[in-house]
Amino acid sequence: MTKIISGSDLASSLEEKLPGCITESNEVDVWVSPESLLPVCEILKDPDGLDFSYLTSISAVDYIDSFELVYHILSMRNNYSGVIKCRCSSKGNIRGEPTVASVTGIWKGADLQEREIWDLMGIKFDGHPNLKRILLWEGFDGHPLRKDYLG
Amino acid sequence: MTGIRTEPITINLGPQHPSTHGVFRLRVTFDGEEIIDAEPVFGYLHRGTEKLAETRNYVQIVTLTDRMDYLASMSNNLAYVRTVEKLADIEVPERAQYIRVISAELQRIASHLMATGFLLNDLGALATPLVYCFRERERILDLFEMLCGARITLSYMRPGGVFQDAPEDFWPSLDSLIGDLPHYFDELESLITSNEIVLARTKNVGLLTDEQAIDNSMSGPNLRASGVKWDLRKADPYEIYDRVKFEVPIGAIGDTFDRYLVRILEMRESVKIIEQCLEQIESGPIRANTPFFIRPPAGEAYAAVEGPKGELGFYMVSDGGVAPYRCKVRAPSFINLTPLRDMLKGWKMGDLIIIFGSIDIVLGEVDR
Amino acid sequence: MNHFPGFVDFYTFYELSLKIFQYFGFGDNAQWMSYLTAGVIISFIVINVMILSTAFYTWFERRVLGRFQVRRGPNRNGPFGIFQPFADVLKLIMKEDTIPSEADRPVFTLAPIALVAPTLLIMTVIPMGENSFLGSLNIGILFIVGVTSVNSIAIFMAGWGSRNKYAILGSMRGAAMLISYEIPMALGITSVLLMSGSLAMTQIANSQDIWFIVVMPLGFFVFMAAATAEISRTPFDQIEAESELGSGYNTEFSGIKFAILFLAEFMAPIVTAAVVATLFLGGTKGFDPIPGQIWFALKMFVVIFVLLWFRATWPRLRVDQIMGFAWKGLFGLGIFNIFIVAIEIMIFKTEDGTIGTSNMLIMSGINWIIAIVTLLGLMRIYGHKKLERPTPVPSPLANMGLEVD
Repeated sequence: MTKIISGSDLASSLEEKLPGCITESNEVDVWVSPESLLPVCEILKDPDGLDFSYLTSISAVDYIDSFELVYHILSMRNNYSGVIKCRCSSKGNIRGEPTVASVTGIWKGADLQEREIWDLMGIKFDGHPNLKRILLWEGFDGHPLRKDYLG
Repeated sequence: MTGIRTEPITINLGPQHPSTHGVFRLRVTFDGEEIIDAEPVFGYLHRGTEKLAETRNYVQIVTLTDRMDYLASMSNNLAYVRTVEKLADIEVPERAQYIRVISAELQRIASHLMATGFLLNDLGALATPLVYCFRERERILDLFEMLCGARITLSYMRPGGVFQDAPEDFWPSLDSLIGDLPHYFDELESLITSNEIVLARTKNVGLLTDEQAIDNSMSGPNLRASGVKWDLRKADPYEIYDRVKFEVPIGAIGDTFDRYLVRILEMRESVKIIEQCLEQIESGPIRANTPFFIRPPAGEAYAAVEGPKGELGFYMVSDGGVAPYRCKVRAPSFINLTPLRDMLKGWKMGDLIIIFGSIDIVLGEVDR
Repeated sequence: MNHFPGFVDFYTFYELSLKIFQYFGFGDNAQWMSYLTAGVIISFIVINVMILSTAFYTWFERRVLGRFQVRRGPNRNGPFGIFQPFADVLKLIMKEDTIPSEADRPVFTLAPIALVAPTLLIMTVIPMGENSFLGSLNIGILFIVGVTSVNSIAIFMAGWGSRNKYAILGSMRGAAMLISYEIPMALGITSVLLMSGSLAMTQIANSQDIWFIVVMPLGFFVFMAAATAEISRTPFDQIEAESELGSGYNTEFSGIKFAILFLAEFMAPIVTAAVVATLFLGGTKGFDPIPGQIWFALKMFVVIFVLLWFRATWPRLRVDQIMGFAWKGLFGLGIFNIFIVAIEIMIFKTEDGTIGTSNMLIMSGINWIIAIVTLLGLMRIYGHKKLERPTPVPSPLANMGLEVD
């Protein structure tokens, strides 16, 4: 059985390495501040530490007042999985285009998924090598998975 | 030779191309016959499944999942209903779990048969192995027709079970199919596995190391072909997979031949699983007592199954209403395309087709 | 005039029309007029017979492929679907004949004709029966080798003229491949010439007291492989490469132009079968109650079926593997075969310059052993079947924690 690392365990081990990176945590979830997402992911992937070598998926959810990125990560060697979340919103204009650091440098598997999120949810990934629309065509107006998109 | 000026040539492979398995476009730059760059372009089949799901209730979404990986509707159904069950905390009767596992494994065989057949077609084998694969798949589709009346878009599973029990004549047909399948696979392997040309074309072509595969979030047979022994059915057993014994076949070096061979071996394992399920299955209810309008408590759930293409997961957020607030699909075909560019570089035009074919994608799932 | 009279011979028609023209009193003009008339009649016969047999062949191929692929094949038009090719051609003729706006129009238009003409021309020198050949040529085989090489130009014309990237890739592969495979093909033919001592197709056929396929299997292997490549069939169908290039050199062709390309492509196996039957299977020779023409047709049929068998079961080789096979494999084998055959001829040749039947039998015994040893040895050295592969070892990067077992 894949063990699920609880949010509080994850939060405490992350807080140890990088104080101040956790904005909120409870029994299941852990929220990371968008600024410290990249160092947190590096810590998570560290083979000597938590060893989350495999990025299962990135999801984005539109909570109207903010966007939430959900990273499902997995350690194949130790067979445990974890979830980290990241709330982001653009400054000033809530419905604008929030920017988060791209994790493609850490997990290459994020490449297409981040492009998909940019395409459908309109979250910009800073440092992505090829951030273009992927499912829709260039020049499409809006980001259809947002709650305020009227198709 | 100096003095001869050569120019790279850019070709749009697709969207209409016999070997892109649908409407997929690959913008490839060739230096003569050698690939120097490749960029996948897709979205031609985008139907907005995730957005549509937000406006439908939890039972209606089952039909949307059919149309994602249209070669493996059962696995899609299973992944989806498992997420809903996790979200709404529904207990599934045992018989339903067995029927689900049987149908999912049959679907895996059908999907792998298609993958193998089309890989051989991509190799230029003029449809002969493909038609043999189709012949065997046909009998599986007949079984699905008995189960639910449909052959491709099945919508057989419901949150809490399956929508009807298998009919009486399903079991003898399944028995005879299970008896025949190993011979089918032997026949297929005698046609392909020892064919000198197939070996010359596929061995050591399109290598993907285990580190690359993990880094690129590959899953399913592609991951296992690279030597990574990771199968959700074993690593995180769902349904009744912890009660059956089966092997997880892996490849030696992660080339195209390994990806083909792993699929063949997996089909054999699937037959074993179905045999064990047939021994263990007992009569009982096939569906939990759930209302038509399921209203899961506010919250979220992620559940994944080992689909034929890879880890098929659903991430669903509920706000307590009849429709999900957000329904995100972790589509294995889509994510398996991530390392395509690295795998293609330096190979020839003919290799491009078989490397792409060996990844085994379905455009309905890539574009959703 | 030194020629063999035959019932469908150029000279038969020539003499017939000469008599007619002289009867009507054309005098001096009668000779060139009858040359012309005979030529037109011969061309008419060759073209029509070949087109009809190609039509029949496409039906046959589709039926046989259907059988190989556990399905029925065309069975709707006429008995056993035998009128299917006519329906196909009718459809193609009625389709719009498009020419891409960027295409090189004269080259594009000429390409189908340039492709079909050499294929038809070969048929004129094939002896199809005891005394039935269309034009006897004392350098028949040289003519065939010369004429087939036009194919590569025609295919390059088709690809270049249509200005399509797939077409140009296909035709460039085609040019490289066809030219490469002409060499092993010529080497295979050379060994036949050494044995028969003549360039005329009738002489070659007549000199086969024992079929040359029996006498020199290695030469047959080389020739057959090269001929399969020359007609670009699987496993050498790089020119079309349906799953890679869409349709290769004929991507942009439609309507009647495509019909002609299609015709040339499907006529090629028939012509190849005729050449193989003449060079290696004893041509029209057989035992007596059955006439030579029937024997020839039967042998052609067998070769066609073998070619179809290749097509139905084998995948395609990659472009560099194909070129490697020509230059590293067939070229060497062809030279080796000529070397062996030449030595044997030097030993076994009698005073009058012929090789007796018994000596031919000894030769074939030696050659079969050499061929089997060589091919098996090469398979052992270069074959992929015995290629060592590491046994699968689970990667240390994943551990499922198998506590469930």
